[in-house]
Amino acid sequence: MSVDKDTVAKIARLARIRVEDSQSEALAGELSNILGWIEQLSELDTEGVEPMTSVVSMKLPLRDDAVTDGGYPEEVTANAPEAAHGFYAVPKVVE
Amino acid sequence: MALIEGKTGAWEMVIGLEVHAQVISKAKLFSGASTAFGAEPNSQVSLVDAAMPGMLPVLNRHSVEQAVRTGLGLNAKINLTSVFERKNYFYADLPQGYQISQYLHPIVGEGTIILDLEDGETREVGIERLHLEQDAGKSIHDQHPSQSYIDLNRSGVTLMEIVSKPDMRSAEEAGAYLRKLRTILRYLGTCDGNMDEGSMRADVNLSMRRPGEPFGTRTETKNVNSIRFVQQAIEAEARRQVEVLEEGGEIVQETRLFDGMTGKSRSMRSKEEAHDYRYFPDPDLLPLELDPAWIEEIKASLPELPDAKKSRFMSGFGLPAYDAGVLVADREIAAFFETVAEGRDPKLAANWVTGEFFGALNKSGIELADTPVDAKKLGGLLDLIADGTISGRIAKEVFEAMWESGEDASAIVEAKGLKQISDSSEIEGLVDDIIANNPKQVEQFKGGNEKVLGWFVGQVMKATQGKANPGLVNQVLRQKLG
Repeated sequence: MSVDKDTVAKIARLARIRVEDSQSEALAGELSNILGWIEQLSELDTEGVEPMTSVVSMKLPLRDDAVTDGGYPEEVTANAPEAAHGFYAVPKVVE
Repeated sequence: MALIEGKTGAWEMVIGLEVHAQVISKAKLFSGASTAFGAEPNSQVSLVDAAMPGMLPVLNRHSVEQAVRTGLGLNAKINLTSVFERKNYFYADLPQGYQISQYLHPIVGEGTIILDLEDGETREVGIERLHLEQDAGKSIHDQHPSQSYIDLNRSGVTLMEIVSKPDMRSAEEAGAYLRKLRTILRYLGTCDGNMDEGSMRADVNLSMRRPGEPFGTRTETKNVNSIRFVQQAIEAEARRQVEVLEEGGEIVQETRLFDGMTGKSRSMRSKEEAHDYRYFPDPDLLPLELDPAWIEEIKASLPELPDAKKSRFMSGFGLPAYDAGVLVADREIAAFFETVAEGRDPKLAANWVTGEFFGALNKSGIELADTPVDAKKLGGLLDLIADGTISGRIAKEVFEAMWESGEDASAIVEAKGLKQISDSSEIEGLVDDIIANNPKQVEQFKGGNEKVLGWFVGQVMKATQGKANPGLVNQVLRQKLG
C-alpha cells in the first residue's frame, strides 16, 4: 500500500497536525515505506491462530463499582489554558 | 405498515434506531469518579476522565454486569469475548481525543424486542448489537458570547449503545420500540430511561423505498431527546426524502440535526469528515472475557420481564392483551395492580386501575408512590362493590372522596350514608309510587317501548340519591310493570 500527497493531507487534518504542502511529498514517501515494512507481516499465514494480546497470560482486571476518586475540580482545570466558574473555557464550538 | 402516498405512488419508511442509554452505576466506566447528576462543574472528574497523560483506564465490573443484564433482557447473544477500541475524533468535550467504545467485537450480539402496538397487536424488531462506551463531557454554549464552557462530570459515564435492525416501518412503531426498550431497561434497573435528563437519547436512521424494493440511501438524525420528537423527526424526514426523490433527486447519506422548536431538521455538514473514526483496539485494555458461570448467575437474578408478566396477566387473570400491556408498561403500576387484584375479580381490578385510578393520577400529577389511595385502599373499595354494599356508580363517588381525604372506603360509605339499598320491600314501595304517579310512561312500556324502563330506573335512582341496587331495581320494575 502506498500513500499519496492527498492522503497525507487528509490524515494530517484528521489528526489535527499541521503539515505544509512542501513537506507532504516527503511524508508520503516515509509513510509508504513504513506501511510496506509492516505489510511484510501479512506474508505469514495466521489462519486459525488466535490474536495474542499479551505476552503473559493475564485477564483484564475489573474494579468494584465504588466512588473512590474525584472531588478536586481546581486540580482538574489547573492546567487549562483558560477556566471560568469551574468550567474549562474554550473558543465557542457551536454546531 | 404505514405507507406514504407521494405524487408518483406509495413509499415505505425503513427505520433503524440507535439508542444511547446511560447505565445506572455509582462510578464511571473506567474511573472511580461519581456519576451523580447535577453536581458542581468538574467536581466528579478523575484524572483518567480528564485524560491526563499516563492515566490508565480500569473497567468497572458493575458496568459490565449491567450490559450483560440488558443483553439477557433483550433475549440477545452474550459474547464471551469483546474488545474495547478507540473511536478517534476531536471535540472540546472529549479530552482524550478518542472515545473508548466497542466496534468489531461488542459485548452483546443479536436479540429481539417485542413491540406492543396501539391496537393490541405485537410486532418483533431485531436488535443488531449492544456495546459499552464512554459518555462525553457537556458543553454549555449560552453563558459567554465567544466561549463554550466544558464540564467533564459526564465524561466517562457508562453508556450502552443499543442498535436495532432496520425493522421499523412507521413513526408509531419507532415510538413503540422506544417505549418498550425503556420499560425493559427500567425493569432491569440498568438505565433510568429518563429522556428529559438525557440518560436515554436516540439517533434515527431513515430511508425510503417503494414497497418491496431494496433499501434506499439513509440519513441519520442525531440526539433526539423525546419519543414525541423522534416521531416528529421521522415524519418530517420521510416527507423531505419523498420530496427529493419524487423530484428526481438523490438522498445524500448524511448526519442531520433535529430542532424540536421548529419541527425541522438540517444537515450537519461539518460532521462529515468526523465520520472517519480510525477505530483500533485500545492498547490500554485487554479483551474482556466473561465467565459463563457469571452470566448464568446474572440470568438467575433477572426480574420477571414485561413480556412474561403480560402473558401471565392474560392467562392468569384473563385480561385482554391491551389492558395487560398497559398495566405492565411500568413495573410499579404492575405491582400495584397485582396487589389490588389479589383475591378479587381481576377484570374489575384492571378496569378500576386503568380507569378511575389512572384518571385521578394523571389529573393530579401525583407520583404513584405518593398517591392518597394506595393499592390496599383501592382493594377495600372493590370489596364493597363485590359484596353489594355499594353500586359501581356510587363507588366512583366514594373513590373521589377517598382521593380527597385519603380515608378508607368503608369509613366514607358509613359517614356519608352511601350504603346501597338492597332491601326489596323498600324498593318495591318506591316502585309502586312511581308506577301510580306516571300512568303515561306505564302505557308506553306496555305498548312495547323498552326504553322507558331506563326512565323508571332513573326515577328510582333519583328518589334514592343513586343508592338503590340497580340489579334489584330492574328486577322489581320488570315484575311490577310485567
